[in-house]
Amino acid sequence: MEFETATSPHLHSPNSVTRAMGVVLLALVPGIAAYYLIFGWAILIKLALGITTAVVCEAALLAIRRRPLWPFLSDLSALLTAVLLVLSLPPLSPWWLTVVGIAFAIVVAKHLYGGLGYNPFNPAMVGFVVLIISFPVEMTRWMPPQLLLEVTLDFHDTLGIVFLGLMPDGIAVDALTMATPLDTLKTQLDMNRSVGEILQQPVFGNLGGKGWEWVYAAYAAGGLFLLWRKAIAWQIPAGLLVGLLGPAAILHLLYPESSISPLVHLLSGATVLGAFFIATDPVTASTTPRGRLLFGFGVGLITFLIRTWGGFPDGIAFGVLLMNMAAPTIDYYTQPRVFGTGRKVQ
Amino acid sequence: MEVAHACPTRIGRLMLQRLWKFRGGIHPPGRKELSLSRPLETARLPARLILPVAQHIGAPAEPTVQPGDSVLKGQIIARASGSISAPIHAPTSGRVVEIALHPVPHPSGLNATCIVIEPDGAETWISPRHPIDDFTRLTPKELRQHIRDAGIVGLGGAAFPTFIKLNPGEGKVVETLIINGAECEPYITSDDMLMRHYASQVLQGLLIMRHALQAGRCVIGIEDNKPEAFHSMKAAVEAAGDPQISVVRLPTRYPTGGERQLIKVLTGKEVPSGKRPLEIGVVCHNLSTARAVYNAIALAEPLISRIITVTGEGVAEPRNLEVLFGTPVSDLIAQCGGYREDVTRLILGGPMMGFALHSDAIPVVKAANCVLAARRDELASGNPVLPCIRCGRCSKACPAHLLPQQMYWHSRAKDFDRVQDHNLFECIECGCCSYVCPSNIPLVQYFRFAKNEIWAQEREQHFMEESRRRHDAKQERIDRDKREKEERMRIIKEAALAKKREEAQKAPAGVHSAAPQGNVAQGAPSAESRLRITELEKRRSGTAPPDHEAPAPPDEESS
Repeated sequence: MEFETATSPHLHSPNSVTRAMGVVLLALVPGIAAYYLIFGWAILIKLALGITTAVVCEAALLAIRRRPLWPFLSDLSALLTAVLLVLSLPPLSPWWLTVVGIAFAIVVAKHLYGGLGYNPFNPAMVGFVVLIISFPVEMTRWMPPQLLLEVTLDFHDTLGIVFLGLMPDGIAVDALTMATPLDTLKTQLDMNRSVGEILQQPVFGNLGGKGWEWVYAAYAAGGLFLLWRKAIAWQIPAGLLVGLLGPAAILHLLYPESSISPLVHLLSGATVLGAFFIATDPVTASTTPRGRLLFGFGVGLITFLIRTWGGFPDGIAFGVLLMNMAAPTIDYYTQPRVFGTGRKVQ
Repeated sequence: MEVAHACPTRIGRLMLQRLWKFRGGIHPPGRKELSLSRPLETARLPARLILPVAQHIGAPAEPTVQPGDSVLKGQIIARASGSISAPIHAPTSGRVVEIALHPVPHPSGLNATCIVIEPDGAETWISPRHPIDDFTRLTPKELRQHIRDAGIVGLGGAAFPTFIKLNPGEGKVVETLIINGAECEPYITSDDMLMRHYASQVLQGLLIMRHALQAGRCVIGIEDNKPEAFHSMKAAVEAAGDPQISVVRLPTRYPTGGERQLIKVLTGKEVPSGKRPLEIGVVCHNLSTARAVYNAIALAEPLISRIITVTGEGVAEPRNLEVLFGTPVSDLIAQCGGYREDVTRLILGGPMMGFALHSDAIPVVKAANCVLAARRDELASGNPVLPCIRCGRCSKACPAHLLPQQMYWHSRAKDFDRVQDHNLFECIECGCCSYVCPSNIPLVQYFRFAKNEIWAQEREQHFMEESRRRHDAKQERIDRDKREKEERMRIIKEAALAKKREEAQKAPAGVHSAAPQGNVAQGAPSAESRLRITELEKRRSGTAPPDHEAPAPPDEESS
């Protein structure tokens, strides 16, 4: 009798890439639900659009590259890229913005570098940066939470706005869009307003951006779920939060009137989403324990610098991309101590 | 000074049974219940026993029998050759039918020399045998000699001759003797069964080993998924009443049974990379080895059998069997009710580190502890291999603290310098990284590939250096010959010139005896040089044929 031969180990855990990506998607569900409850239909419409675009692009590129569709399309990585990018875009922005961003992320940032696992840069953030540089106006037209709106947008209104640019009767574009909290802060600080005054504006809630607080709390819950499931390494979120909030706290202590508190930093912009879901993208982040701490810290610090003195309201995307560049070097210099060598050995 | 300072606390910790943790490791499903539901049995005598002469690390043993010879149970049929080797004994009485190449348990699947015995069924022991009642009367050296003669090798899987590991050497103190009863590989229960049935024999073996090593404390480490074995072992130790021996329950985690990991868990110490445990005062032996030592000393039985787990969903009645070495795997499977349908893979050893056999005609050897017959769905996940997503699970699982994903990239790129920068040779091939990889990448396979390539390169480099050295030596020899030839020529020419002058001077006087004297005075080899001189003279006068051997034509100098 002949038996098949294979090399050890012959046992394999039930882990799979699909499962790894699936857990992250699952952890995003509370955040998306909160987003929907506070901002309405737009986010769900955008997610559907984004996911469709991503799947079509992924399938097309796999076909062009003569790769099998089956294991790659089902690995959920394209889906995750789409969801993360959509969550970073203004929900009422025109449909083509989403399509362009996701197409760029999947085609250029992912497949032109070799597909899953070979991309040096986080595809979602590449897509985001391309959009914010190319279409700054569309990218800064965020809608306020529904409770700040005078009208309630139903499903059809939202479809019309996103796909046809049709405004519901008697409503102007300006009524539906306003600057994000971080954007407001940046502009108003330039006008020599004090932080205390700025935070009184309706776009801010008790802790951060109005409405956003709940979305971020839900993201954070998802993030903690990921940590609990050991789906992400704690070092990256920890490093990121220290890198962002540490300098912010120092600055806030020194100049309370011209800088926001770490709490507002935490609950504004893409801090929570970035810390738990974006910077933790394993493919493009550092892989060693100390390297991840350093990587996260770098992302946080760059974000702080851009938010405070840079030309963009938020800096997570730039922080992630810049640290992506540094990741291989960081990894090389942060190799763990090998068993039986170094300090611990007597 | 540091040792003196650290020792008491360390022993104190051991007394309290404090345990340490090694980083990494995994928790694969144990699946040990499969083979534990049936009692331990003795395997049937097969029609033929096939005994490879290389069943240990080191030089293969040399056959001392011929085809046709009758052998008795326990008789040496192949003797140890060299300092690292072990003899092979006849597992039963019978007749040697052939000494030939047969398939042996080796990942390469290649054949090797085996002695084939046809049992006569009488099980006649060789006599006389000399069991030793009181091993304490023997010196450690005498004990080691007995253990060596009994052909005992490490039964934990490495098959390193035991007598060497029982010899700490001059001036080395063995602080702790560790008996490895972790048995951390899934499926395997042979050590579990051994402890349940033969705890006191294991303990006696441990005492003999301790005497041979002149060791102090002994610790028996057993994973906590074997409570029965633990209690049985604990009862035996308590009955002995030696406070220096403790039985420790270890948390179940693969690879706790790895020597270095076990030492870390029990002592908190890491064996320095590239060194032996002895360097930190620890010696580690397997349970089964301890029992083999007991058998050799107290019963005068050489190592001819062991307990083997026959398990897996691919076999009808999994169980543990006491098996004579040389028994073909097919016989064991037959005794366990045969294969079930859908069996696809046959593994010798555990699922983590064992290797797949292509056929069941392969005999059981000293290092084998498990035969695992697996069904299709039982082992491989069946998922396709995907690109690495650098999730880092592999490095988290690596007990050697390596970065398997980086090593994988560099191995794939055949950048072997970089792989070595990432400490490739610290990899113990435990398989944890491959086990956890969500992309199903056979990481260990890449590391074996890289190691083999590097070894091949080193061999090639060695050959190249060797041949360069040979070439240089040859060149040197040629140069030297040339120099010597030139020197000889010079002497010959001078002699010729001198002779000519002499002849010119003495011709009128008619004196002929001066020429040889002149040559002798110059110290030239007389017979040869005379011959050469005449040749040269002939050539000068145009009477000799051109000589290829001759160096530069003489005119050069004279003109």
